[in-house]
Amino acid sequence: MESIFLSPFADYVFMQRALIGSLAVCLGAVPVGIFMTLRRMSLTGDAMAHAILPGAAFAYLLWGLSLIGLTVGGLLAGLLVAALAGWVARSTQLHEDTSLAAFYLISLALGVLVISLEHSNVDLFHVLFGNILALDNTALWLLAGIATVSVLVMAFLYRPLVIECVDSSFLRLSGRTSLIAHYGFLFLLVINLVAGFHALGTLMAIGIMILPATAARFWAKTLDVIMITSIFISFSGCYSGLILSFYFDVPAGPAIVLSLGVVYIASLIFGHNGGFLVKHREKRHFAR
Amino acid sequence: MTIYLNNVTLAYERHPAVHHLNATINKGDWLAIVGPNGAGKSTLLNAMAGLTTVHEGSIEGLCSDTIAYLPQQTQLDKSFPITVFELVFTGLWSKLGYTKSLGGAEHKKCTDAIAAVGLHGFENRMISTLSGGQLQRSLFARVLLQDQSVILLDEPFNAIDRKTLIDLTEVINQWHRGKRTIIMVTHDLEYVQEYCPKTLLLARECIGYGSTKNILTIDNLKRARQLSESFDENAPWCEQGAA
Repeated sequence: MESIFLSPFADYVFMQRALIGSLAVCLGAVPVGIFMTLRRMSLTGDAMAHAILPGAAFAYLLWGLSLIGLTVGGLLAGLLVAALAGWVARSTQLHEDTSLAAFYLISLALGVLVISLEHSNVDLFHVLFGNILALDNTALWLLAGIATVSVLVMAFLYRPLVIECVDSSFLRLSGRTSLIAHYGFLFLLVINLVAGFHALGTLMAIGIMILPATAARFWAKTLDVIMITSIFISFSGCYSGLILSFYFDVPAGPAIVLSLGVVYIASLIFGHNGGFLVKHREKRHFAR
Repeated sequence: MTIYLNNVTLAYERHPAVHHLNATINKGDWLAIVGPNGAGKSTLLNAMAGLTTVHEGSIEGLCSDTIAYLPQQTQLDKSFPITVFELVFTGLWSKLGYTKSLGGAEHKKCTDAIAAVGLHGFENRMISTLSGGQLQRSLFARVLLQDQSVILLDEPFNAIDRKTLIDLTEVINQWHRGKRTIIMVTHDLEYVQEYCPKTLLLARECIGYGSTKNILTIDNLKRARQLSESFDENAPWCEQGAA
């Protein structure tokens, strides 16, 4: 029994790499995802993920399937769209989601156009669906590097991000901090999406951000506990997704996101902080 | 420090919300800004806090690291999962910044501030479970921790019950005795008459500025009401102050 759950990782190096890579992505991406759900930006991540596509597509056209090329292209496109959308939101009356939608659609159209220029686009499946089962050393270093930077920047920005979420006027009084928090967060979002697309592809990367955070809200009340719970959920989702992928020969990215989806639905039903069952079972109330 | 409002005009799409306002606010003043809806009260307060830009004229004697600002509750995201203690703790932001840790002294300051506003025992309650009055108390505790010389309060007693109002007024009284400058926007004229020594009656233009009993007269209030709230798309350019 034990061996069913351990042997794929004990016997195959590519499975070990996949596990390490996906856990690294989780460490960076999950805290970002928590703030996204709390700032009602859950769908913003999707938009940003699409915004990254043309950067990767251009890079692919120029350098082929090069890890560094795709990373740089994705980062540039993502940061450009994030900066433009943030700037437009701060200097016009339009909200950030609206300006982001405008820029990501432009970016996506450009990406699709570029992809269609390249006729043999089989390799671009790598960009769309990731390649978690074929991570080489460079890729692992990249994922670990992004996770490290992300965790450190997140720790640094944690206070202003929390303050900005609760009371956005508070930091604007202290000038630059509000800008740093705002753009710093978009930066975190972009680097984690780029890490995510190497592992799971642009379409699935956002799943690792949003699903654990959303599921954790049904178990935990305070931010610190939400953090720990969602990291734990994301780890278990990656592990079970890889196991499923191994035994049933299905693609790893969707298997991981679907596993997380199962955890989310289970949390929705059984979670003791506002889950359906608790809500409907407990009819008693306190005396005061 | 004295605050000077020099010919201040604040505008939305170049239509003035506050028009050519001149006033001098002395250190230690307790000033109420009153006026009908749309009179530009909150806009003026935001401009003093540096949250909106001054279209014309200038505001002198204020800088962001001497101001504590109490926003209207509607600006807060009450659903965010933090506790009363954590919310109040953010008042120490300017001292602790990004990285300095919360030591014993700071911890005590927070609990003292929470006790001072009558919320002792609520430290670990989530802010989403607070009533309007309790949330307002915790925001006052945050202002206490900010410990600034100028305190801007935007409608602090909107939808607040009598007991909370009296308790929090006592907190303001202490600030006043400590020679802090207090500027509050409010609709509650009775409150202003009872507590605030000075009043600025605003209806986009300044109707009156001075000691409360001289300003809150029947005539002045009538004039404030009459200055129309109309927003004329085809208004001519203002010539005043161009010279």
